[in-house]
Amino acid sequence: MPDQLLYAMEVTLNGLMAGVLYALVALGFVLIFKASGIFNFAQGVMALFAAMTLVGIMNGQVPFSHLINATLGTDIHHFGWHVPALLAIILTMGVMVLLAMAVQKFVMGHLVNQEPIILFMATIGLAYFLEGLSDLMWGSEIKKLDVGLPQGINDAIDSVTFDMFGYGFFIDNLDIVATIIAALLVIALMAFSQYTKQGRALRAVADDHQAALSVGVSLNFIWVLVWSLAGFVALVAGIMWGTKSGVQFSLSLIALKALPVLMLGGFTSIPGAIVGGLIIGVGEKLFEFALGPMLGGATENWFAYVLALLFLLFRPQGLFGEKIIERV
Amino acid sequence: MSEGYTTADGRKIGGVVMEMKNITLRFGGVKAITDISFDIREGEIRAIIGPNGAGKSSMLNVMSGFYVPQEGEVWFHGKPRPQMRPFEVAQQGIARTFQNIALFEGMSVLDNVMTGRLTHMKTGLFSQAIWKGKAEADETENREIAEKIIDFLEIQAIRKTPVARLPYGLKKRVELARALAAQPKLLLLDEPMAGMNVEEKEDMSRFILDVNDEFGTTIALIEHDMGVVMDLSDRVVVMDYGKKIGDGTPDEVRSNQDVIDAYLGVSHD
Repeated sequence: MPDQLLYAMEVTLNGLMAGVLYALVALGFVLIFKASGIFNFAQGVMALFAAMTLVGIMNGQVPFSHLINATLGTDIHHFGWHVPALLAIILTMGVMVLLAMAVQKFVMGHLVNQEPIILFMATIGLAYFLEGLSDLMWGSEIKKLDVGLPQGINDAIDSVTFDMFGYGFFIDNLDIVATIIAALLVIALMAFSQYTKQGRALRAVADDHQAALSVGVSLNFIWVLVWSLAGFVALVAGIMWGTKSGVQFSLSLIALKALPVLMLGGFTSIPGAIVGGLIIGVGEKLFEFALGPMLGGATENWFAYVLALLFLLFRPQGLFGEKIIERV
Repeated sequence: MSEGYTTADGRKIGGVVMEMKNITLRFGGVKAITDISFDIREGEIRAIIGPNGAGKSSMLNVMSGFYVPQEGEVWFHGKPRPQMRPFEVAQQGIARTFQNIALFEGMSVLDNVMTGRLTHMKTGLFSQAIWKGKAEADETENREIAEKIIDFLEIQAIRKTPVARLPYGLKKRVELARALAAQPKLLLLDEPMAGMNVEEKEDMSRFILDVNDEFGTTIALIEHDMGVVMDLSDRVVVMDYGKKIGDGTPDEVRSNQDVIDAYLGVSHD
């Protein structure tokens, strides 16, 4: 096989795995959008907040330590213990549920029946608030996150492909793990919404608020549930991205990459978020590989947005989204 | 007749299930309902009729908790009902349908009917999430009841069809099925025959009578077509401009001069 083709295959595989990470963030958007019609601009920041909280808890960092030290004149930074990864993840999930409750109680609960644009603005506010809160609670330095996920080149794939083609593929173990976890997450979410009581209630609320009330579903409970689920997805995404590139504030920018993913996949489709993520992941890697050198490189920065723009022109509802029909 | 009565066709009607006491409802300066009282008894079919804009739907919305009246009390099973949100009213065992049909359009007929069982499913979030034996048994048990209702209303053939694809008359029937699935202590029907042709109206009337007969369900319904209501109901409340102008058996109401005036119009000379 020619080297170029082999190299393209490797790029495609890596693109697929990068796409999984985009899809993870997009998934959080879809969950909230489906159930409440809110486009949650804060999803990326929620991933950042989750990752920072996780690192903070694992390292035994004192939350708000800068604030405490500045006001009380003390000098405390660490509790002096280390929390095992699994326990820390569970604790962080608890924090995300509390966050979901707070968002519902203090923000969304007051904006029932408001225009979508107002709800959207509220989530922008939430994004800034959360970013500030993350900074205040855990500090702004870049942190290393290691919850014990395997990292580095996968030797098995490297040697197998070397034997077959005389060229070893470089596939990161972390990407493989991320793919498996994302697949499990999607299956779990689908099973939850299709086969459980709460899932059914969730779909009911997504479909018709009034009717949902009439069969005894508490909207408040469902929205807390949805924000908690989104928090959970954010936590998973935060762990993956944090492990890959360190926990830092640029993490919240990955939310922007989720936008083209959503435009491709449709805002209301869970499979759409996955397929959209994969297309963007593969597309931008292959584009960079094929045309990058001609266009001066760094095409990954804009390729996704141009692709989304094309979709907006020709298929605005995305690949899997519900068709928009206005009745006159 | 505090201990109930026997209808013309020999059905025993029991004690009071719900009592509306001096209900007044205002929207800003507009009075939708003025000082209305009536009761609904166990096992009866109670109709609220009146011309368009009489306040019938507002009354039903008060009963189901969607509107909160400024004055008056709603008594349910002999106790005044504290202020409740609509989903809490539903959890108390009051199911309803809507005038403009509020179904879950994206879900199948079976899933829609299963949402009617939500208040009866007792397993918690955690066991549901991990889908253990208990949750499964809960699902099976409630599924059986849902299937029974589906059989009863003769919608087996469309069980798996997404509701959005159904014609209007069938949607109305699915909505009735969803409300029935909750095995309500009181079933509220908001214009169950609105927009139907004669044949569909006859079908729906038959189902309402059958439901009442088979399950002993207490039913309160709103309708502005007098003919249908008179054949169907045991007792009728007549509303006009937010006030109660008549209350009694269909025959009593039919001969009430105020009612005749409201429906036929009266010349003011």
